[in-house]
Amino acid sequence: MTSHVLALLVEDKPGLLTRVAGLFSRRGFNINSLAVGPSDTPGLSRITVVVDVDQLPLEQVTKQLNKLVNVIKIVELEPNQAVLREHMLIKVKADQSSRSQILEMVDLFRAKIVDVTTEVLVIEATGNTQKVEAFLKVLEPYGVKEIVQSGMVAIGRGSKSLTDRIKV
Amino acid sequence: MADAGQKTKAGAEILTGSGAVLRSLEKLGIKEVFGLPGGAIMPFYDELMASTTIRHILVRHEQGGGHAAEGYASTTDKPGVVIATSGPGATNLVTAIADAYMDSVPLIAITGQVFSTLMGTDAFQEVDIIGITMPITKHSILVTKPEDVPNALATAYLIATTGRPGPVLIDITKDAQQLSAPFVWPGEVEPLGYKPVLKAHGKQIQAAAKLMLQAKRPVLYVGGGAVRAGAAKEVAQLAELTGAPVVTTLMARGIFPDSHKLNLGMPGMHGTVPAVLALQGSDLLVAIGSRFDDRVTGKASEFATKAKVIHIDIDPAEIGKIRQAEVPIVGDAKVVLKDLIAVLKDDVKPGVPDYKEWWETLDKLRADFPLGYTKPKDGLLSPQAVIKKIGEMSPADTIYAAGVGQHQMWTAQFIGFEKPNTFINSGGAGTMGYAVPAAMGAKLGNPKKVVWAIDGDGCFQMTNQELATCTINNIPIKVAIINNSSLGMVRQWQSLFYNGRHSFTDLNTGADTVMIPDFVKLGEAYGALSIRVTKESEIEPAIKLALETNDRPVVIDFIVSPDAMVWPMVPQGVSNSKVQYARDHAPVWEEE
Repeated sequence: MTSHVLALLVEDKPGLLTRVAGLFSRRGFNINSLAVGPSDTPGLSRITVVVDVDQLPLEQVTKQLNKLVNVIKIVELEPNQAVLREHMLIKVKADQSSRSQILEMVDLFRAKIVDVTTEVLVIEATGNTQKVEAFLKVLEPYGVKEIVQSGMVAIGRGSKSLTDRIKV
Repeated sequence: MADAGQKTKAGAEILTGSGAVLRSLEKLGIKEVFGLPGGAIMPFYDELMASTTIRHILVRHEQGGGHAAEGYASTTDKPGVVIATSGPGATNLVTAIADAYMDSVPLIAITGQVFSTLMGTDAFQEVDIIGITMPITKHSILVTKPEDVPNALATAYLIATTGRPGPVLIDITKDAQQLSAPFVWPGEVEPLGYKPVLKAHGKQIQAAAKLMLQAKRPVLYVGGGAVRAGAAKEVAQLAELTGAPVVTTLMARGIFPDSHKLNLGMPGMHGTVPAVLALQGSDLLVAIGSRFDDRVTGKASEFATKAKVIHIDIDPAEIGKIRQAEVPIVGDAKVVLKDLIAVLKDDVKPGVPDYKEWWETLDKLRADFPLGYTKPKDGLLSPQAVIKKIGEMSPADTIYAAGVGQHQMWTAQFIGFEKPNTFINSGGAGTMGYAVPAAMGAKLGNPKKVVWAIDGDGCFQMTNQELATCTINNIPIKVAIINNSSLGMVRQWQSLFYNGRHSFTDLNTGADTVMIPDFVKLGEAYGALSIRVTKESEIEPAIKLALETNDRPVVIDFIVSPDAMVWPMVPQGVSNSKVQYARDHAPVWEEE
């Protein structure tokens, strides 16, 4: 099975997320990650879904999602023609001996310190899946206390936009 | 907030939300609705009482109302409408909504909901019916403000009746029903994310035509979608133009006359041997509004393995769901077939296409394996003979509603359907208890036609309360109970696949039992003319009397043999090539 990134444009209606999530569970599709937020058009939301399926079931996922009345548009984003990003907040143990080493890693991965105490640092990191995973790996030896991660968000490269030719 | 009865400066009439529901239904041309009131829908019922244009049929159970609306929709050109209150009223609709979803029936379900201020507090008779029905509705709409009513109704109507039809639920809070707002009718609504494709791409039509001309062993595999599209004429034209054989699925019985020489009958688990083996041996399936249901294909990986597939369906998600299509065509069956026929017309000439050898094979199968049945050894009535006789004695445009089980299959096999929408049943969901209320709905929509409910003794006990509705509202349906004293289809599987262990399938309603309930007494209690038939000589007079009685419903309790089985049969999960003509009797069939 391979991962596919779908960008959905949906009407911002109550229960919309339940409809989308329910469809995935009912048809036995696996959601890897799901991120929802407003779009550039008022009244419409943008969902990024990462699904783990083979090509044929993916066609079914897309067609079934398209049948939902509140789903307006679905596009599969090819990783080489899109920017894919994940966002992570990491709380890591940092005493006097380890602090400077961690700061070095933060620099190296172009992450940011957003909170500091005498015992811990909270680090904000953004990047594609591999980068975020690699960063987490180098922090692990210091003692990761807590992480929180957004679902993947993705946007196509170039001048086209998902909301082209959509009138609300 | 303005009061109901007044007008706004722009001239819009102020109506309560309830009044707006009623006005919207009138605008949509709804004349007949089924329902049962309760607390959260009372404001609407109060307005409904004054309506002179809408006839409301008070049902005895919401599920009956749902199936009645389905029967009505399946036999008229209008959607069915059913109304229920919140909580249990709404949950009682769930089975009927699921049924309509599986069989693509245009159904509008309107439910009352508790006050919007109480939603989410576990209020009395509160359930999240939108949430419960999300997987079994085409769409659903929650209305919490009176001004949203007209648009909700117009949208529900559009979505239920167009594209692939299906059930739409509108849940209206009690405060939205009570409060008032200007009534602004939206006219045509265009939901942003809803645009069914009706007309197919010319290239696909060309490709389909080419395959049909090249094929040597084609089959037109026609399903319920063709019925919903009203494509009976086009199916017949395509068959006659090319000379291709036709099989009609359970949901499409009657779309093509059973008496037509090109018709091989019903395919599938209990299909005719010629229909089942024609599909297995075919080199081209022309699927028209059919969805490769497991009851048709048997083991899908071994279904028609040598056939290419042209798949015509208005729902893109049906294409490629079970079987990949060489030529996928998204569109309305009627529109697509018209275009296909127009293209084929130019190329069909004597000898092209040439299906002669194919017909030699099929005609031999037809001669060797006609539909039939053997007389039961216990001396009791043969259920097949009873059903066949009903079909022979009733007028050609009679509508038959079946329940689910053996009697449903025998009805599909032995009535002999000549017109579309004359056989309605629960094909996808397999809902026992469908027949009586669905027949009631069909009769309401077709008062001049004879409507039979061919029911089982198990099914009948699930929804017979609607006979009260029939009698009181003068909806004279005829019910034939094929009483084999058991849950017959389950019993048949127990006989065949569970070493004859009849676990909890005896209902004690028939021969040599206590006969509880006594269906004749029950029918009489409901005000129906009720007859018991135990001997062969009584069959015809009973049917005759039933056909002559139109001032009240009729119930005939046919006491039949519990040992009769449905044949032919393909056991579940195996290849259709293993079809059995009768028990342990498989046709000799050479797969090339």
